[in-house]
Amino acid sequence: MASDEVKLLGAWPSPYVLRARIALNIKRVNYEFLEEKFGTKSDLLLKSNPVHKKIPVLIHGENPIAESLIIVQYIDEFWASGPQILPSDPYNRAVARFWAAYIDDKWYPNARAILMADEGEAKKAALQGAIEGLNLLEDAFLKCSNGGKFFGGDKIGYLDIALGGFLGWIRVIERMGDVTLIGNCPNLLKWGENFAGDDSVKDVLPETEKLFEVAKFIVAKTKASAKH
Amino acid sequence: MAEEVQVLGSWASPFSKRVEMALKFKGVEYEYIEQDLKNKSPLLLNYNPVHKKVPVLLHNGKPIAESLIILEYIDDTWQQGPPILPKDPYQRAHARFWAKFVDDKCMPQVWKACWSEGEEREKAMEEASKALEFLENEIKGKKFFGGDNVGLVDFSANFLAYWCGILAELSGLQFLTEEKYPNLTKWADEFCGCSFVKENLPDKGKMVHVFNGLTKAYTSTV
Repeated sequence: MASDEVKLLGAWPSPYVLRARIALNIKRVNYEFLEEKFGTKSDLLLKSNPVHKKIPVLIHGENPIAESLIIVQYIDEFWASGPQILPSDPYNRAVARFWAAYIDDKWYPNARAILMADEGEAKKAALQGAIEGLNLLEDAFLKCSNGGKFFGGDKIGYLDIALGGFLGWIRVIERMGDVTLIGNCPNLLKWGENFAGDDSVKDVLPETEKLFEVAKFIVAKTKASAKH
Repeated sequence: MAEEVQVLGSWASPFSKRVEMALKFKGVEYEYIEQDLKNKSPLLLNYNPVHKKVPVLLHNGKPIAESLIILEYIDDTWQQGPPILPKDPYQRAHARFWAKFVDDKCMPQVWKACWSEGEEREKAMEEASKALEFLENEIKGKKFFGGDNVGLVDFSANFLAYWCGILAELSGLQFLTEEKYPNLTKWADEFCGCSFVKENLPDKGKMVHVFNGLTKAYTSTV
């Protein structure tokens, strides 16, 4: 393989894979998208991410990079001459990283539990947590955007990508769980529309309808295997 | 304007110590403000309202939370000292990956194993062993995870170099044995030998006292 060939191992429904694709689009990097079949792990995946065995994995020449936010930072740093993804100021960089980590570590587990948890207290707590999280992100948006359309200001940045990866899933969770999440955050709602319409996003953002079908399948499968 | 650097921390916390070690490594002067985690100060709650945890770095009044994020901030801001992250983008991604691995897959399992019992403890021990194997492989042939010099992963793994051994002793478990993990054991010695680490290790006796107190509190509620 040529030393500058770029491949991305992924699957179209994955919010984490979407993050990598948006970052590559921002930098106008040509890459080969290698779709993993649901329920199986290819030899290439197991070889390039032996620790976690998960997608996405970016393979740049001979070098595999795993973990979506680490991939996005790599893309930003390697293709440094393209539009900047992380803020240039160290403090703003730290803030963007903080909220991206919050989304993955604190917010997403709650959002996921809205669909996966059984009815009752667990589900209520998950919904409460997810709503509180989005309220925090609504606040963060006002501080970070500086009057612009995105967390990154006038253009999409790291935090936009971090949250934006989940945009389709937020819509699916609202529909499947019959709950309101982003709907109660006017600034994030507008942000979502702007994000979805951006050139680097619109061709790779999965259709909500298709995601909805995948979600139904995954939830049913997860709940069935949990019972055995 | 004179630079104001403060660390809100806790003397026993490896996360808090990472930040102090990194600042000492870079030669940055700072004021340390000990936090009572059982009775959180308005200062801590004000500067880390989301997680309410230590460490928090205050740089000219601006707060940064989450230790690995703080370490990257330190590296970005004080570029005149030795680097915490390499310059090459792939090496940087590699360092970030392993630093995160320590936090997500290694430390929690070691901690869980020490505080759980029976099947839960066995499972945690198994997961911890798998993680330690990966790290043993990763350090092979290198003095530090960062290569010839200490880097992000070394700071991230500080728990393994010191806290782990103490915890293990107290819970009657064994993690980092020379027999099973010769390279990691050697690394732990090297790391603890660095001046910016040695000067920042919490007193063992004090820690034993605290952990015994925690154990008593835990077992008395069971």
